[in-house]
Parts: sequence; structure tokens; C-alpha cells
Amino acid sequence: MLDGSGMPESDDYLVALGTRLRWQGDGRVRTVGRTWLDTFDWRLYRAGLTLELTSARGTAELTLTGRDGAVVAAQPAGTAGSRPRWPALLGALPVGPLRERLRPVVGVRALLPVARAASAVHELRVLNSDDKTVARVIVDRMSVSYPARAALAPRLTVTALRGYQAQADKLAGILAAARGVSDAAAGALEAALAAAGRQPGDYTGKISVRLSPQAPAVTAVAAVLQQLLGTMEANVAGVVRDIDSEFLHDLRIAVRRTRSALKLAGDVLPAGLASRFRPEFKWLGDLTTPTRDLDVYLMDLDAMAAGLVAASPAELMPFREHLARRRAAGQRQLARGLRNTRFSRLTGEWRDALASAAASRKAKPTAGQLAASRIRKAHRRVLADGGAITAASAPECMHELRKRGKELRYLLEIFGSLYDPAEHWQAVRELKALQDCLGEFQDTEVQQGEIRAFAAQMMDERTAPAVTLLAMGEIAAGLAIRQRQARSEFASRFRDFASPASQDRIRAMTEAAAS
Amino acid sequence: MKIFATYNIKGGVGKTAAAVNLGYLAARDGYRVLLWDLDPQAAATFLFRVRPRVKGGGKALIQGTRSLDGAIKGTDFDNLDLLPADFTYRNLDLLLDAARKPARKLGRLLGPLRSDYDVVFLDCPPGISLLSESVLHAADTLLVPLIPTTLSVRTLDQLTGFIAGFDGRRPDILAFFSMIDRRKTLHKEIAATLPGQRSDMAATAIPALSLIEQMSVRRAPVTAFAPRSSAARGYAQLWAEARARSGLRPSKAAASARG
Repeated sequence: MLDGSGMPESDDYLVALGTRLRWQGDGRVRTVGRTWLDTFDWRLYRAGLTLELTSARGTAELTLTGRDGAVVAAQPAGTAGSRPRWPALLGALPVGPLRERLRPVVGVRALLPVARAASAVHELRVLNSDDKTVARVIVDRMSVSYPARAALAPRLTVTALRGYQAQADKLAGILAAARGVSDAAAGALEAALAAAGRQPGDYTGKISVRLSPQAPAVTAVAAVLQQLLGTMEANVAGVVRDIDSEFLHDLRIAVRRTRSALKLAGDVLPAGLASRFRPEFKWLGDLTTPTRDLDVYLMDLDAMAAGLVAASPAELMPFREHLARRRAAGQRQLARGLRNTRFSRLTGEWRDALASAAASRKAKPTAGQLAASRIRKAHRRVLADGGAITAASAPECMHELRKRGKELRYLLEIFGSLYDPAEHWQAVRELKALQDCLGEFQDTEVQQGEIRAFAAQMMDERTAPAVTLLAMGEIAAGLAIRQRQARSEFASRFRDFASPASQDRIRAMTEAAAS
Repeated sequence: MKIFATYNIKGGVGKTAAAVNLGYLAARDGYRVLLWDLDPQAAATFLFRVRPRVKGGGKALIQGTRSLDGAIKGTDFDNLDLLPADFTYRNLDLLLDAARKPARKLGRLLGPLRSDYDVVFLDCPPGISLLSESVLHAADTLLVPLIPTTLSVRTLDQLTGFIAGFDGRRPDILAFFSMIDRRKTLHKEIAATLPGQRSDMAATAIPALSLIEQMSVRRAPVTAFAPRSSAARGYAQLWAEARARSGLRPSKAAASARG
């Protein structure tokens, strides 16, 4: 693939390139509409896959290619009336191998256009002295219409005919040496995005700010909080449009990380800043909770239904519909809240506050020192609270421990870039094993309470047939069994987390960056 | 993979014209087609504008020091590849004679290409030799062009008798009249009567036309440069008969266009 930047508009330049080779084309130009699809968090791109929808002369095809450009799967995108409207969840795609190949990568996320372009494609043949075709040259003039309007330089692809690779290589060499032509390492999607001023993979829900241990803690914390604000803002439109459940999830995580950072490291920020914003972020977090809880319930419902022994999954349909109605109502309230001036005022003022915090001249403590003291403190707290839990402890003790664990987890994520990646990964993994157990314990407890409340609501609304209530009862019983199971696993999970080796790891890791 | 061979003991009867045009038509139908020009005169190779040269010559191919795969050239037409002729093919008989089970050699050499091609055409030199015997064993269908004369019909009988003596697998024979001159009474009489008497005669006859001779000037199949001509229509009918008789399944492209 060659990039014809700087070349004249006509294909005449090809003719002018050399006398050794002759060119022939039929002058016909084929126009192809191109839409590249990915999830908001670039799951396909990160998995080395590109999904392209091409349309020409009333037909449309979806093609999935790998990093090397080889086709992994392709299928027609449905008839004119039945084509998916983007953004679309995977279920909207036609049944077939392409959808099945996408499923494990895309998961619950929607596919949405990441770039749109029109290609005017012109094919030329390159002939040798016997007038025999030795290679085909495709000249692709692409005009990008989304995410921004841009016209690309012609992109040239040289394809050898079988048995003529050497001649095609020579031709590619001649073209590459011509004025204004250079190797285009990037694929068509990357080129389209670059022309429109965007890069693939430019969104991640993870904290990606690179911190230096010697940097002032205040600027490090402000930098992380600025990125978290960016994550919140990036997801708002998707939440309001209800594109998929993960927009809300990423928004909530960013809010929770922000709240933890304010609680555990807010004292390094300018005076009064943390106390001023903590109630606002609590409001924002609370605003998102009902819809997210219902999302989780709906996502888990299939697995719960599959575990029914006495009841049949179909008997849960009124319950599913009840959840969907409540979710729709919750979603409306959430969207209203995010359109509210309270939210826009919060983000605007927060941005200004962080900009002034980032400009602070306070050099001490350093990021490494702050991270060490706060992580160790949070770690000690988890060890102490967890160590105090016995078989007789109330469920609330487990809930409290889970909160402390989350605080430690968020600190490890916020300051993760300060540490050796392998050690950091191991520390997070050990904590995650404990947190998964505590999460299962608490989630099943909450869900048991909720299912009782849902049953009462459905009785009030007279939408609960007896068989549905019985099936819901069986689900509640299943949740109770899972909760007991999680409780019984706690001791061994905590033992692993509190092992001397694990404690040594946290100590050594934080010390290295604090010195 | 179905293997067709254009074969006749006599030369200048339209073997190459048939192989080139039927190969082109099969490729146009969406089949992946390979044409192997086995004739050292290299007429088919010339028509596709490919240089008549194979690295290592026929010896390397027959002895297996070079795979057929590495010698194949793409033609200017989609789905149609060519294994070119080489002047050393004049010695193929000697090379085959030195090989183990020479009569089965060509079939064995083509085996590894089974997944790359749907259809193979073997364009044979005239004569009866070890090479032609190997071609007869490798082919699923023999396409035999006949000039409508009494002697030509006699050679078809000889060929039929020869093949009847094969152990095991025998190729199907589809003979067709070629280079018919309607001005000649004998041509007309034989062409009118013989197809009704023999089950191995195609209903299609290819007339002697200057447009077919033009192929050597245009260096392309007549079916490509004059697709609406009577010559092209004749080859299209012949291909339809040959395809149906061979039991070749519709190509993937044709199947998906329908479905």
C-alpha cells in the first residue's frame, strides 16, 4: 500500500512515472460508501480486528478483517429495509459466522460508526512489453465525512498477478521512489481517522495518565482527576442516548474513583476543594445507581433463569418486563439529571478547580510519597477489618470491608503508573480475588432484598401471576445459596490476601516509588 | 477439481482454440481455472501473452524438483491461470519413461492443486505417446475436436477402443466437430448424421471462422474479444454441454449470485 500524498489529482501521474511500464485502465470509477464500526471503547481495534460496512449499487456488506488485512468473516448487511441502524447491539446484526466471531469481543457493547468515507476507486493494469498484465494498481480516492470532513491523498495498492511478484515489487519500488509517494503503513481506517484528526483507541475507561514518582502529589492527583472528568464527559452522551449499558458503567466508575481520590488524597489539593465537591459527586453517583442496579439485574437474569429447577424461564417474563419498565423510568430520570444545570455546573466548576490545582507550586509531598502513605494506610485498614471478621460477624462487616477494599483498589489504579507493572498487576489480582468474593456476598444480599421489593411492587400493580412469583421465589433461594457459598469462601480468600508474601509485595512496591 | 483435456492424435484440429475458450468461459462462470499448455509449440501460452518458459523446464516439473504451483502465471482474466509451455516439453515422453508409473504421473502432479482450482484444462500436443497416455489417465473428460472426415471418425474409434482397455478409471469422451466448412458436402453430411449415431458426440459444432484465426493476432480468446460472435456462441454452447456432462457443480460465485 502506498500513499499518494502530494500527487496531482489525475491518474496521469502514473503514466508519467516511467517509460519502462505501460498503463491501461478503462476509466471507470466505482464509488463505494464505507463505514467503519467499533465499540465506544475500541474493543475490535484492540483485538486487532476491523469491521467495515461497504455499500455500492444498493447492496451492503459487512467485512471483518484481521491486522494483516485478511478477511476473517463477511456477510451481507441485510436487505435495504432490514439493515441495522447504528449504533446497534450485536443482536441487530444478521445471524451468521460474522456475528458469532464478534460476540466474544464486542460483548454487551453497541457497535457504532467510528468513521465514514466515500471511496472513488479506479483500477489500472500494468503491462509488460508483451502487453501482458503483470500487476493491478488500485487508486483509491477517499473523502472522509465523519468524524470530520477531510479529503485524503490517493491511496495506491499494487497487486501482483500470480507469477509476476518480482515485476510488481519493482513497480511498487518505482512508485515509492516517485515524488510525493510514500509507504502508507496505516490501513484505510487509520488513514481516514488521521485525516479527520482522530486516532483509533483514543478512548479507554482505564486510568492511563503516566505519573512520575518525583512529581508533586498535587499535580499528579489533579492530572488523574482531570482524566476521570474527561471519562465522565465522554460517556454522558452515550448514557443519555442509552446506547449500551457500559456508558453508564464507565461513568459510574469514573465518579467512584473521583470520590475515592477526594476522600483519600483530597487533602493535597488546595484547601476546601475536596469538601466542596464531595457532596456534588455523591449526588452524581446516587443519580446513576438505580439504573445501573437494574442493568445488572437484567444482565444477570438469563443466567439466573437458566439455573431454575422447579420453575420455567418463561414464567419469569412478567418479572423481566417489570424490570424493563422500571429501568426505562430510571433511565428517563437519569437522562434528565445529566441534562440538568447542576451537572453542567459541576463539571465546569470542577474543570476550573482542577486547572488551578494543577498549577499549584507545592512540591511536597511527591506523588510517590503520597501514594505510599495512602496505599499502605488503606491496606492496613483492609487487613485489620478483614482480620476481625469471624463466622459470627454481621453482613454489615462484610459490606464495610468491601468498601475499604474498593478504596484500596482505586488507590492502586490511580497510582498504578508509579509501580513496576508486574508487581502492580499481582497486587491488584490478589485484591481482586478477595473483592470478587465480597462483591458476590453483597450483590446477592442486595438482590434478595430487591427481588422481594419487586415482588411487592408487582403485586401492587397486579402484574404478578402466581407462577412468576414462585419463579422469583426460586431465584431468591438461589441468591441465598450463592451468598452462603461466598461467605464460606471468605476465610480462605482473605488468608491469601493477607499472606506475608502479599504484604511484602505492597510494602516493597510502594517503598520503591517513595524513595 | 474436474480435469478436462483437449486431445486428438491429429494436429491443427482446434484443440488449443477449444482449451483457451472453454477455459476462459469456465473462469467467467466463477470457477477457479488452470490451463496447462503441454504443447511445446506453446500456442495457448502465446495467446495469453505469457512467455513460454518454465524454470528448470519440463524435467524439473516431472521429476518434482519444482512444484507446478511455483510455475503458474496469472492471465489477464480473473480466475484463469496458466501453466506455460516450455520448449523442453518436447522431451516429456523421455522424462515420463524414466519416471515410476508414467501413465499416472500427470494426475499425481496435479493432486496438490486440488484445493486451488475447480477446473483444469490440459491442452495436449498431437500424437499418441506416453504423455498423451498420462493425460488420458489424468482427465475426467476428454474433449476431442474432429474435422468431419471419414479418417477423423476412424481415429475417434481408435481412441475409444484404446481407452476401453484401461483398467479402472476411464475418462468420459466428448467429441465435437471443429473447423466445419459448410461449403463441403462431406463435412455437412458427417456433421448431420454422426451425432445421432454416437452418444459421445456433442450436439455443438464449431465452424471454421476467420474470427477464430484472429485469436493469434489479438492474442486473446475469441470469447473475450468478440463475446457476441457466432464463434463465441459456439464455444459457449460447447462449454455448457461439457460442464453438464462432467457433472461439475455450480461455482461458488454462481451459487451465491442465485442464492
